[in-house]
Amino acid sequence: MNGKSNLGWTVIGAASAVLLAALWAAPLLWALSTALRPELETVSADFHWLPQTWTLDAFARTLGAGNLLRWLFNSALVALSVTVVTMAISLMAAYAFSQLRFRGRSLLFGLAMLAFLLPFEALLVPLFRTMNQLGMINSYAGIVLPQVVSPVVIYVFKQFFDGIPADFREAAVMDGAGPLRVLWSVYLPISGNIVWAMAIVTFIAAWNNFLWPFIIVTSNDMMTIPLGLTQTYDAFGVRYAQLMAAALLGALPVALAYVLFQKKVTQGFLAASGLKG
Amino acid sequence: MERPRIPLATAAASPPRENLPALALLAPFLIAFLLFFLVPAVETFWLSLTESSLTRTSAFVGLENYATLVQDTSFWDALGNTFYFALLTVIPLTAIGLVMALLVNRFVAAQGWLQGVFFLPFVLPISVMTLIADWMLQPSSGVINHILGIQRPWLADPTWALPAVAIGTVWWTVGFNMLLFLAGLRNIPAEQYEAAALDGARGWKLFANITWPALRPVTVTCLILQVIASLKVFGQTYILTSGGPFNTTRVTLHYMYETAFTQSDAGYAAAIAMAFVAVVILLSLLQVWIVRWLEKRES
Repeated sequence: MNGKSNLGWTVIGAASAVLLAALWAAPLLWALSTALRPELETVSADFHWLPQTWTLDAFARTLGAGNLLRWLFNSALVALSVTVVTMAISLMAAYAFSQLRFRGRSLLFGLAMLAFLLPFEALLVPLFRTMNQLGMINSYAGIVLPQVVSPVVIYVFKQFFDGIPADFREAAVMDGAGPLRVLWSVYLPISGNIVWAMAIVTFIAAWNNFLWPFIIVTSNDMMTIPLGLTQTYDAFGVRYAQLMAAALLGALPVALAYVLFQKKVTQGFLAASGLKG
Repeated sequence: MERPRIPLATAAASPPRENLPALALLAPFLIAFLLFFLVPAVETFWLSLTESSLTRTSAFVGLENYATLVQDTSFWDALGNTFYFALLTVIPLTAIGLVMALLVNRFVAAQGWLQGVFFLPFVLPISVMTLIADWMLQPSSGVINHILGIQRPWLADPTWALPAVAIGTVWWTVGFNMLLFLAGLRNIPAEQYEAAALDGARGWKLFANITWPALRPVTVTCLILQVIASLKVFGQTYILTSGGPFNTTRVTLHYMYETAFTQSDAGYAAAIAMAFVAVVILLSLLQVWIVRWLEKRES
């Protein structure tokens, strides 16, 4: 009786796993199937799940026309800059909050954590006005800078540093090493795991950020991928094979990053949500 | 014989302050924090009390913007659409995320693949999702209508536009919730299951008696994060429907964006932003209170 109901659950479970996985894979597979056809086939009245003629034409045209390569370059530059700057300033700040004794430590830390409460969306209007006054509209600095304030990253690093035994630091301080040197040569080497995880997550978030580039960028040449892909109707017209090719090319870098570093990505997102992986 | 006093001894009892090194390490973050968070945060509040455009601040008008806001049916409609979107997404995103986590945890042999398929959409840019959704939802050549054998213009239909965007959003973001539940599942000690199995509990009973109670904290976290995320909806509706048809998909942040960047009414937009923040914080607090109240009632 019990064995039977267990088998029943296993069958139901396996069936739902297959069904859900198929549903979740379907949109990307359908995009791929569309991108591999000649344009005429996408509007043909005859419906086919697979291309009747297989061709890379749509990919070639997408890369040739429009600004896709430029947007990919912009995204790479912006996401890398955001990641490097965020890691550098957050590691230094987290180290200070965790290991140094100074006046106003808890007040400043509390203030920094306030940023958790206030959604970035609420700051758009004044941020745009400031950037406008600084002449940073349509500039890389304008896109990058507001993205480097990341209380989550500081919080995760501080938690990690808090867990490191104090004698670790004392030995280095006795040798007369300054704080930056201690952070670099004592703390960083043992934090590799968490630093990589947060770096990858920061990179993906910056690559995918839509809202801020949408506000600060108006020129087609300065657009990042998430923003540029919304302009593809203008670039290619309603040509679905090319639109799907563009979508897949835009998805490829982050999809690859995820597939290559699956464990780190998972760990990073969990740490950022306040849960341990 | 008296020992000479060693000045260092007092220093060891209470280590010296490290104000200067701390300031040096904190400076880059503090400058960015000040410029790109604290000042704009205060400025949003200040702007909401003025009549300002995108480029210049004119007159202090007190609470006038808020008085207008209370009477502004466009604002309430947008807030209503936002709540409707949250209603359409929060429960499915939590429930499906839980089911996915249970499946990934159960079928160990396919774990990597299942988790990958469920999570992959979450790492993709928003416009990849909207491009594919738009193509699949096309009235005459879209694959959804082909399967259903109908010709519905999903994104141009006042009844279906927001639910269609909601379904696209569930596909796009559910992987994150799956991850939260998966972490929760892995924190349940195996002994609990073994003990219950010895008592003869199987299948559904194991889930009801052990898994579900143990997942309570994660479920609460997930619901609170999800409500906030759903209230912040903007990109999906903006790209897929531009707020149409007949403003049925114009959400709060979209209305704020239009007010600021198309009407150039920064003062009023700041008031909308303040109201939005208040709603997000109030709803989060409300959820925390409800959870506490439920826990108290049970014990």
